[in-house]
Amino acid sequence: MLRLEPRASASLGWQIATPVLAVLATMIAGGILFAALGFDPLAAIRTIFWDPLFGTAAGYSRPQLLVKAGPLILIACGLALGFRAGIWNIGAEGQYIIGGICGAAVALATYPNEGIWIFPAMIAAGALGGMAWGLIPALLRNWFGASEILVSLMLVYVAQRITAWMSFGPLKNPEGFGFPGSRNLQQYEPASNPELIAGTGLHWGVVAAGVALIATWFIVSRHILGFHIRTAGAAPRAARFAGVKPSWLVALCLGFSGALAGMAGLFEAAGPGGQITENFGSGYGFTAIIVAFLGRLHPVGILLGGLLLALTYIGGELAQLTMQMPAASVQVFQGMLLFFILGFDILTRFRIRRVR
Amino acid sequence: MKRRTLLGSAAALMAVSALPALAQGEKLKVGFIYVGPIGDGGWTYQHDLGRLAIEKEYGDRIETSYIESVPEGADAERALTQLALAGNKLIFATSFGFMDAVQNVAKKFPDVKFEHATGYKRADNVATYDARFYEGRAVIGTIAGLMTKSNKIGYIGSFPIPEVLQGINSAYLAAKKVNPEVEMKVVWAYSWFDPAKEADAAAALFAEGVDVFMQHTDSTAPLAKAAESGAIGFGQASDMANFKPSPRVSSIIDNWEPYYIKRVGAALDGTWKSEGVWLGIGDGEVEIGEITDAVPAEVKAKAEEVRDAIAKGELHPFTGPLKKQDGSDWLAEGETAKDEDLSAMNFYVEGITAQLPK
Amino acid sequence: MIDPLSVFLMLLGAATPILFASLGELVAERAGVLNLGVEGMMICGALAGFAAAHASGSPALGFLAAAVGGTAISLIFAGLSQYLLTNQVATGLALTLFGLGLTAMFGKPYEGTKAPSMPMGPLGLNWMIWLGLIAVPLVWWFLNRSRAGLVLRAVGENHDAAHALGYPVRRIRVLAIAFGGAMAGLGGAYISIATVLQWTEGMTAGAGWIALAIVVFSRWDPRGALAGAWLFGGVTVLQLRLQAAGVSVPVQLLSMAPYLATILVLVLISAQQKFGRSAGGAAPGSLGRPFHALR
Repeated sequence: MLRLEPRASASLGWQIATPVLAVLATMIAGGILFAALGFDPLAAIRTIFWDPLFGTAAGYSRPQLLVKAGPLILIACGLALGFRAGIWNIGAEGQYIIGGICGAAVALATYPNEGIWIFPAMIAAGALGGMAWGLIPALLRNWFGASEILVSLMLVYVAQRITAWMSFGPLKNPEGFGFPGSRNLQQYEPASNPELIAGTGLHWGVVAAGVALIATWFIVSRHILGFHIRTAGAAPRAARFAGVKPSWLVALCLGFSGALAGMAGLFEAAGPGGQITENFGSGYGFTAIIVAFLGRLHPVGILLGGLLLALTYIGGELAQLTMQMPAASVQVFQGMLLFFILGFDILTRFRIRRVR
Repeated sequence: MKRRTLLGSAAALMAVSALPALAQGEKLKVGFIYVGPIGDGGWTYQHDLGRLAIEKEYGDRIETSYIESVPEGADAERALTQLALAGNKLIFATSFGFMDAVQNVAKKFPDVKFEHATGYKRADNVATYDARFYEGRAVIGTIAGLMTKSNKIGYIGSFPIPEVLQGINSAYLAAKKVNPEVEMKVVWAYSWFDPAKEADAAAALFAEGVDVFMQHTDSTAPLAKAAESGAIGFGQASDMANFKPSPRVSSIIDNWEPYYIKRVGAALDGTWKSEGVWLGIGDGEVEIGEITDAVPAEVKAKAEEVRDAIAKGELHPFTGPLKKQDGSDWLAEGETAKDEDLSAMNFYVEGITAQLPK
Repeated sequence: MIDPLSVFLMLLGAATPILFASLGELVAERAGVLNLGVEGMMICGALAGFAAAHASGSPALGFLAAAVGGTAISLIFAGLSQYLLTNQVATGLALTLFGLGLTAMFGKPYEGTKAPSMPMGPLGLNWMIWLGLIAVPLVWWFLNRSRAGLVLRAVGENHDAAHALGYPVRRIRVLAIAFGGAMAGLGGAYISIATVLQWTEGMTAGAGWIALAIVVFSRWDPRGALAGAWLFGGVTVLQLRLQAAGVSVPVQLLSMAPYLATILVLVLISAQQKFGRSAGGAAPGSLGRPFHALR
């Protein structure tokens, strides 16, 4: 019989090996699935994993990886801090939406004025909006003990209704012939978040994601706050003795992750997305939770996890395009990838022993 | 930097091949992006039938590919670029929300032709096309007006946008013409596709005494509900033939096939030009599905008369004198609505008592 | 102007899918498992149920297959979260993604076909509505009056203590997850078999997420789940009815209301708990935490 024994500290070797194993396992299982559907499994896997990076159109799709991964990484960085402390913000999607709305509202209020202060003001509004939305569950937990998991999740639905209301009401483009959706901010230069260097995919949101990665790394491994967060997550009672004030930590983690998610929303609304529509929240906030776990809540892992998920999205589109593979099969493939990565994670935390 | 050279060379390649229509033996690649899955049984499904129709029509001379379930926004722009980079020279973008993405990508690929459905922004290489669904609404509105016993007809709207308002107004005017007592109830689902909610919306209409309804949402749930309550309705976007002969007594079918065949043909022989077209019953783009025997013969005859008159251009569903709901004048005696007014329609016509959501 | 009885009858139908799914999730959560994959399990039930009903011509067989289908996919979650100790939030989200994709793929042959019609039960309500209503007291009785329910709650409240008392924590949780899957499957199948009568991919359209909200609103009590399903279903029905009656309603604001009410309920019960006035109705103590027996 096999038994699991927890490791004292996560095995570094397995930490590196398991994601690789998981990706390989997904390729095998996915290959079987694709073969069963009548597609050439090798070609399918090459199309999803290889072609976006090194295929004929890679010059376009490589930068697009950054565009797609940027918001995921930015949000996941904030979430990871809280997750380490045992503070579960699963409402990043709502904070993303509110951040996008607040930032876009600043731009639309100033339209058609010019001014270099407009974009920074939008970033501030996006961050503050996301932060405020994140602080609601924090305060409700601190004051009343309400579960932040559930409150933050409920607030996602509320935020989704707010975008619908905004895109049909207050933020509707007055020159849009009655169609829902705000003005396109890409066409309002002081408020737009364009590609900074042509052909790189780099926009301010990607820059912010990079900064967030470094900041998270610094906080986690070099700052006393990181220590507090870790202790609070591992041993809440011990943390209290070490002088960590739990309510402060809750507010900090939720506020910080909310602010990052809000900024991600704003950068998307002003950049690649361009406008607030009823479908503005396209799931980045939920996918970022998966990214945070793929990355084991560590900045380097988050970077790789974000890029990997972006790769499957873009590769999945290529597979549809070149192999006529249905979009759903790509979704199944992503689901399997997550299952394997989550499942294999056990090897890093536990030793498998044979017992007689 | 890399992309620029890549785009440059791709463009050069295309310029060479595009000039003499197409080089011998080379296939025209035609791409589609869809907002939903092709299995939605409605909007996207009908567009995909159009894709299959051009494959059948032109066989070896073309090659088609598609990307489905593309969210509007950044993802749409990427999907369009991928299609262009894959060598597609004619690309159909089949949702209003792709409008700005199409414009952005079209600028980068001046030699690729784009066709955008239901939008209003054009360019040298971006054409737009739309269907006059409101013409079909006038036909089924006629049936509704004649068939209702309670004099209450219902309409399940998706979103209060011009396309849907045209439909409501057109159906109401047609119904009122044959039945002056008729009253129109409107329920907004705020979704194009949410079966459970659409079913509830239908039930809400029936509870208000509605016995004939129309829908501008994509699922068959309202028809399923109608079967329970003895009301009748119409297929939307696709024929919804499963619910024949009743509750589905007829349908409005979006038939994109003739337009797609024509445009692909134009691209093949080098006569493709950017234009904005708005096609209706006469062009075969809006089709009225079989009117079943659940409808008396004289009603069927009347509906077909309206259909044929619209097809021949003898009848315009919006012909004056017409007033807006607030009592202000819209069209004078004998005047017909201008296309630009229709495509920005944001009001109900006089006689509809429901309030337009603000 | 609007007949309250007819609103209520409509509401019963609208509430049924979310009632089933939330009762299942409620039991799983009472056992300490937070499964965010309800939407994925519902859509699997919707397809499995539709396929079986279509093939056999019997809605009853369809619902049976839906329960099996929902259970089957929930076992992926059970295996990962209980045996490989994965994070439940991430695993649940992955399950939703997987379920939506899988059903879209395997549902292709059923597109455009129709389900057999549902037999009506008493008062013009179909049997599944009645079954949902009967399930409420049954689940309540199981949780509060049966020995197995007591053990299940103990496991959810404090899995270490339950383990120390010799209860098979993992097995109980797997069973609770499977029950959640079966109920979600029934709820999903209600949409495909009873409401829409067709299969279309993604047809649950977010009902699974509403079920999760209802569990919180219910304070983890089946009677509350009934109230929650009626509230969420009721708001939809009422706003549609008001619209149909020609009343202009702020739809978006109104549809936000149940979620705000859920937060309010959560705050109230948490506050009661925190300030020591009542111990009932709080979230299970071990909710969402993985359990690993050291010995």
